[in-house]
Amino acid sequence: MAVLVVAEHDNASVKDATHKVVTAAKAMSADVDVLVAGSNAGAAAQAAAKIAGVRKVLHADGATLAKQMAEPLEALIAPLMANYDAVLFPATTTGKNAAPRVAAKLDVMQLSGVIGVEGADTFVRPIYAGNAIITVKDEQAKKVLTVQPTAFKAAGEGGSAAVESVAAPSGPFKSAFVSEEMAKSDRPELTAAKRVVSGGRALGSSEEFHRVLDPLADKLGAAVGASRAAVDAGYAPNDYQVGQTGKVVAPELYVAIGISGAIQHLAGMKDSKVIVAINKDEEAPIFQIADFGLVADYKAAVPELMDELTKAGV
Amino acid sequence: MKVLVPVKRVLDYNLKVRVKPDGSGVDLSNLKMSINPFCEIAVEEAVRMKEGGGGHVAGAASEVIAVSIGPEQAQETLRNALAIGADRGVLVKADGEVEPLAVAKLLKAVIEAEKPDLVVLGKQAIDDDNNATGQMLAALLGWPQATFASKIVLQSGKATVTREVDGGLQTLDVELPAIVTTDLRLNEPRYASLPNIMKAKKKPIDVKTPADLGVDVTPRLKVIKTAEPAKRQGGAKVKTAGELVGKLKEAGVL
Repeated sequence: MAVLVVAEHDNASVKDATHKVVTAAKAMSADVDVLVAGSNAGAAAQAAAKIAGVRKVLHADGATLAKQMAEPLEALIAPLMANYDAVLFPATTTGKNAAPRVAAKLDVMQLSGVIGVEGADTFVRPIYAGNAIITVKDEQAKKVLTVQPTAFKAAGEGGSAAVESVAAPSGPFKSAFVSEEMAKSDRPELTAAKRVVSGGRALGSSEEFHRVLDPLADKLGAAVGASRAAVDAGYAPNDYQVGQTGKVVAPELYVAIGISGAIQHLAGMKDSKVIVAINKDEEAPIFQIADFGLVADYKAAVPELMDELTKAGV
Repeated sequence: MKVLVPVKRVLDYNLKVRVKPDGSGVDLSNLKMSINPFCEIAVEEAVRMKEGGGGHVAGAASEVIAVSIGPEQAQETLRNALAIGADRGVLVKADGEVEPLAVAKLLKAVIEAEKPDLVVLGKQAIDDDNNATGQMLAALLGWPQATFASKIVLQSGKATVTREVDGGLQTLDVELPAIVTTDLRLNEPRYASLPNIMKAKKKPIDVKTPADLGVDVTPRLKVIKTAEPAKRQGGAKVKTAGELVGKLKEAGVL
């Protein structure tokens, strides 16, 4: 069977999520190709060719693919599926936006947010915000999956796959890009960061959120995340949200500050290697899953933690 | 402008999810079911398009139609949408699991009869977490889509939609008719007032079946096991920040 992986990329480079989805694809088949769909994305296509285990890279380049919107991706990928038995998208906002369109076009029911591959037609995925895990048999002739990248190890480098050009769809399409406001930060990307510092509603304001979390994140070289409560209250932008309906992260170290630990938040971070919780409410559910809980007011505890980290040479 | 809002009946979001001991599924017996929170946001947005508010001019929508696919009891979910302010309901009666692909096909058939200019639906249901129906419906209809919306501005013949994406916010123009799926920050749904709940009881609900619409709803996927997630070993406490840093060093994460 042949599997197509749709790369997560920014035209200049491929994101780590791509390497992780390649690992999921390799658990289904030895024949794994990667599609890089973008505009002036030659560098990303070359980077994809270096992922270990990739058979071939398909590179579609054109103005219609500049923002990787759902309509042109559907127009590109659905016909390519004549040559493939399965297509895997990363469960990023780009992948989640486009995959179901491709599935419907192929008259296929999609599997969303796959966290385990038990063979070419058996998959594991969470439902109810991760409160139940289902094993699903997919015997459809074509398969469409979105894959939760944090559930898989990244494929290594060292490949030398050939890059083949495929035509970009010409359109016209009924949706048009207008603008974007992307967060600019020197910190690591939330879903790929090795360390994450997250704040909750207890922080009380946007100013306090940044006053407390930013220095700690910078000290740890961490990305900053937030609970849904903190985002809904306007303390942090939407792209900080960790949880069922936000981002799923699995860093080596997750530090939750002033986060009570609602189920929907836990769904987004419980696979972190080490979880630290700082909360003054001893009964907060976050303590039940934290490896190290510190019952304390963050106002005192975070400065102390900064001092102790400095003492420890961090 | 006619707006159609599909709504799903799901386990109430406040309730704890229990996996059946025999692994055959999630236990829903005798538990409170409610409208999916993302669907509720979709209804609220459509009703604001009719009544005005939330950046919409009153009368932007002329009629709001709520559609649900589910068992007889999904009528309650439709009544909920009608109490928020939808004008009438359509129930497509189907017992058992109906997958997003089949839901999208049923909705397509309803849409071809109703001819709305805009379909607003939740980005995902909190039970199966598929995040697929809106996009599938858009593909089947050949319509443009704007998923994960945090803002919708209606204009002549198009909608300008701000979307919550991984890196921040993205704004798109979609030609109408179009599909928009809602994210959490689009609006805060109202509490339906008692008079409106009473009024909703008198609003019409049209009942159909998948056979009436010519759609086969046989599931494509087979769930072979439902399990509890692996329990995380946690619960250890430290007394001071100093002790915490020591433990993190031991764990090798500093």
